[in-house]
Amino acid sequence: MNDPQTSSQAAGQPGGKAHGSTAASSVGLVAPRHFRYDGAFRTSGGRELPGIELVYETYGELNAAKNNAILVCHALSGDHHAAGYHSDSDPKPGWWDEHIGPGKAIDTRHFYVVSVNNLGGCGGSTGPSSINPETGKAWGPDFPSLRVRDWVDSQHILMEHLGVAQWAAVIGGSLGGMQALRWALEYPDLLRHSVVIASALKLTAQNIGFNNTARTAIISDPDFHAGRYQEHGVWPKNGLSIARMIGHITYLSGDLMGQKFGRELQAGSFARGNEEALEFQVESYLRYQGEKFADSFDANTYLLMLRALDYFDLAREYADDAVAAFRHARCKFMIMSFSTDWRFSPARSREIVDALIAAEKPVSYAEVDSSYGHDSFLLPVQRYQKLLGAYMRQVHAECIALGGQS
Amino acid sequence: MRSDFLAIEEWVSNGSRVLDIGCGDGALLQHLQANRQVRGLGVEIDETKILDCVAKGIEVIEQNADQGMANFADNSFDTVLLTQTLQAVHRPDFVLEEMLRIGKECVITFPNFGHWQARRYLLWRGKMPVSKFMPYKWYDTPNIHFCTVRDFEQLCAERNISVLHRSFESRSTGDSHRSALVDRWPNLLATHALYHVTR
Repeated sequence: MNDPQTSSQAAGQPGGKAHGSTAASSVGLVAPRHFRYDGAFRTSGGRELPGIELVYETYGELNAAKNNAILVCHALSGDHHAAGYHSDSDPKPGWWDEHIGPGKAIDTRHFYVVSVNNLGGCGGSTGPSSINPETGKAWGPDFPSLRVRDWVDSQHILMEHLGVAQWAAVIGGSLGGMQALRWALEYPDLLRHSVVIASALKLTAQNIGFNNTARTAIISDPDFHAGRYQEHGVWPKNGLSIARMIGHITYLSGDLMGQKFGRELQAGSFARGNEEALEFQVESYLRYQGEKFADSFDANTYLLMLRALDYFDLAREYADDAVAAFRHARCKFMIMSFSTDWRFSPARSREIVDALIAAEKPVSYAEVDSSYGHDSFLLPVQRYQKLLGAYMRQVHAECIALGGQS
Repeated sequence: MRSDFLAIEEWVSNGSRVLDIGCGDGALLQHLQANRQVRGLGVEIDETKILDCVAKGIEVIEQNADQGMANFADNSFDTVLLTQTLQAVHRPDFVLEEMLRIGKECVITFPNFGHWQARRYLLWRGKMPVSKFMPYKWYDTPNIHFCTVRDFEQLCAERNISVLHRSFESRSTGDSHRSALVDRWPNLLATHALYHVTR
């Protein structure tokens, strides 16, 4: 979570306080890199992209044995900027800075961490807002629809470019966890560990319902223009904002929203004889979150990501048998869930765990108490950090045992 | 080295698949992996112990065995272990039935409440025994279902559970030891009982 108050404080840096990038536990200043792949990229839907560009960041160093690489997969609205700062006036660090850095759970003194903006994204990788070379105009709604497996395939292309023969681990939360699961089935020999946090084998009807409501908000915005808003020089800000508000409510727990906002008023009063407009704090918060997101995210990308989330079903092509699916895996699994997460509830993680046990695959599972709902996977929840850190130290020990230094 | 580890190791085959219910910090599974090359999985509810397992590289599932083990398939493990945990579960008979369903063989170890010191304590003081091995008061003990060697033998007989091996230890005199005397009168002289059972 990132409420208006804390981000404005972080931006101010009053009193000459050192910038976060100078902290010993920060990866410091980082710069995105661009990778251009000129081969044809065939999507799972049967379309072909004439070359793709992927934007990514790396933290830490690839060791001589090239066995300490970690792929971090982002969720619905994430991007390649997972840790560190882009400049010394950058108000906030990457989205998983709590977990990536020197001495943190994913320790960059030991690991070479790769984080890529997924294909179809709007962080610089080829996506709906990129120019279609055939028309010279933005792809917009004509950009191929993508599945989780397309991201895994494109990450695999980047992996070869980086000279990584095998990931020490592929790690992700939520939609990122689905990528970590798909990696284990699509490229079973190319990863040693799959770390899946607050994720699921597939979405529930309730989840798809929420996503569809968010999509409807976007496409019914008059500025959406059937996805060709770029050509009209506008963007569906209101629809995108509402879509984000819906998502945001579901990523928090009811209790947390109650504790954080209660029924406190941001403006106005309930006093008798007073008819001025009232606003609850929670309204103001959600409006801020919605607008902030709508100003920085592409609507077609959001639609694409939401659909990939809805379409994901790990076991679909294995006769809907998750146990049969997991028999193809060769890596070890670490699965974690959060007690108050009702969007990707612990029961969904248990389904993953039970299928892995039945498939006789090595798996550990922890259900972490946290009041932050689905958003917990982004936050410094103490037990979660300890578990992830302990697991990653084992992954590191294994890198050394396999011939890697440091 | 805990002496019960050595006894249990004898009953576990090389390379077998082992489930340890209430695996604690994973020390037993670690021992069996090192000495019997087992493929081990632990089940635990204590978050500190789960962290200990993860830090050791022992696979562990956070799950309360008292609430059922339906997610584990019939005969999916070679051996299911329950060490020093039987007395702490809400439904020992239910947990035992689940173990026998999941595992081809089971190992159960428990403190023997029939030990003469416990009997003496109760006889002379008229209070629930508190000792080095049972350090809790009656109201705060996690051990809610104490049994004796004879009680356990009776349960096995009633439920058609075959005892493959028994081993008894007396740890009351410092170092744990087994002896012909303890084996002759285990219900009186053993502080700890180890059973290897099947159905």
